[in-house]
Amino acid sequence: MADRRKYVIPGDVVTSGPFRPEQNVILEGNDIISTVVGISEIYDDSVKVIPLTGKYLPKIDDLVIGKVVSHTSLSWELDINSCYIGFLPAMDVFGRDFSTHSDELSSKLKTGDLVAARIANFDRTRDPLITISDRDLGKIDDGVLVKISTSKVPRLIGKKGSMIQMIENGTNAAVTIGQNGWVVVACESAEGLSKAKKAIEMVNEKAHIANLTDLIQDMLNEKDES
Amino acid sequence: MGGRDATMVLLDENGIRCDGRKIDEPRKIVIKAGGLKNADGSAYIEFGDNKILVGVFGPRDVHPKHMSNTDTGILRVRYHMEPFSVGERKRPAPSRREIEISKVIKEALEPAVMLEKFPRTAVDVFIEVLQADGGTRCAALTAASVALADAGIPMRDMVAAIASGKVADTIVLDVNNEEDQAGQADMPIGYMPSLKKITLLQLDGVLTPEEYKKCVDVGVKGCEVVYELQKKALHDKYFGNRSN
Repeated sequence: MADRRKYVIPGDVVTSGPFRPEQNVILEGNDIISTVVGISEIYDDSVKVIPLTGKYLPKIDDLVIGKVVSHTSLSWELDINSCYIGFLPAMDVFGRDFSTHSDELSSKLKTGDLVAARIANFDRTRDPLITISDRDLGKIDDGVLVKISTSKVPRLIGKKGSMIQMIENGTNAAVTIGQNGWVVVACESAEGLSKAKKAIEMVNEKAHIANLTDLIQDMLNEKDES
Repeated sequence: MGGRDATMVLLDENGIRCDGRKIDEPRKIVIKAGGLKNADGSAYIEFGDNKILVGVFGPRDVHPKHMSNTDTGILRVRYHMEPFSVGERKRPAPSRREIEISKVIKEALEPAVMLEKFPRTAVDVFIEVLQADGGTRCAALTAASVALADAGIPMRDMVAAIASGKVADTIVLDVNNEEDQAGQADMPIGYMPSLKKITLLQLDGVLTPEEYKKCVDVGVKGCEVVYELQKKALHDKYFGNRSN
C-alpha cells in the first residue's frame, strides 16, 4: 500500500528512518532524500519517487517503439528516445543462418521505419540490445506516431490498462505504447484515429488531474453523437 | 564604470545601502522554471537587474566522442554574456572571464548532479546573460540548478548561490554592481541547503579571519533564502497550487 504521497524536489527529505531507498532516492545519513522532481511514495519498508520529468532510461524487458536511424552490415541502429541508441542485431531478424553475403539488411527494415521492440539487454557498459523476435513485435506497417512525456506513460496505460482500454474501445483504434514515450495509433477510420490521438495528447497534458478518466470518457462520447 | 558617481554613498548612517536595501537584504529575486520548449530543461531568473536564461540538454550523446567517459556522464557548461547585456557592447566571443565562470559554475554543479547513472553521455548547460548587474555567476548557478532539476537530471541537492561582501567596512549580503566596483570584498557562495555543503566559494578582496567567517555565515543564510525561491519555482511548474 502506498500512502503518504508528497510532492518533492531534489534535496527534499522524503522521510527518515529504516527504509530501503528505491528509485530516485538516496540515503544520506538517516534521511532519505529525493533526487528528482516528483511524487514520493512510502511503502512499508521502502521509499521511492515517481519522476515527473526526465529522459527515458532503458530497462530490460521494456516494450519500446524505435525508429531506424541507420544500419551497418550486421545490425540496425534505432532511435529509442533515450540517451542511448538501440542496437538491433541482424541475426535477430534473419535468424541463425544470417550471412552478410546473401542477406541485405535494407530489405527488411529501412531508415525511418518504426519498430515495436523489446529491450533484451542493457547495462551501463554497452548500448541497449534490442530484440523483435517475439509475438507482437516487429516492423509497424501503419499508424501514426504520437510522442508523449516518458513520465506520463503509466498514466496513459492506467490501472491495469484501464485508460488505454477505454481509449481503444471508444475509438476502435489499436494503440501500441512504448515505455519510451512513443505511442503508435492505428485505426481504420480517420475519425477514430484523430479522436484516439486527441485522447492521448489530452492524457499527456492533463496527467495530473484526478478525474481524468471521466474527462476522457466524456470526450470520447461527445464526438460519437455528432 | 566610466560614469561612476564618485560621491555615491555606499552605506549611510541608518544602515541603508546605495540602492535602498538593508545590509542583510538581497535584491528582488524571481525564478521561473521551464519556458524553453526545445530544451530538455530550462529556467529564467531575475536577480535584481540581472536577467539570465538557462537551457539544459541531455543526457545525450557526446560529441566529440573522445570526450565521453565510460564510467560516468560529463557535465558541460557554457556561460555567455549577450553583447547587449552590459553598458558598452561586449564582443560576443567567449572572453577569459566567461571561460573561467563556465568552469567555476561547472565545478559548483558537479557535486550535486549524479551523472554516474548515465555513462557515456553528456549534459549540456547553456547560460545566457541577457542583462548583467553584478553577481551574475551566483544568479546563473541558481538558475542552472533549477534548469537541471527541470530536465530531470538526478541531483543530490539543489545548489543555491548568492554573494556576500564587505562594503564600507560592513559585511553585506548580495553585492550589486556598484558595491562590487567600489566595495572592499566580494564573496560568491554556492551552497547545497539540505546537505549543508558549500560547492562554490570565491573571494576577491581582503578580509580578516573574523570578517571571513561572518561573510560565509551571511552568504549561507542568503543561500537559504534563494533556495526557498528555487523550491517555489519548481513547485509552481510541476504541482501548481497543490500543496502537500
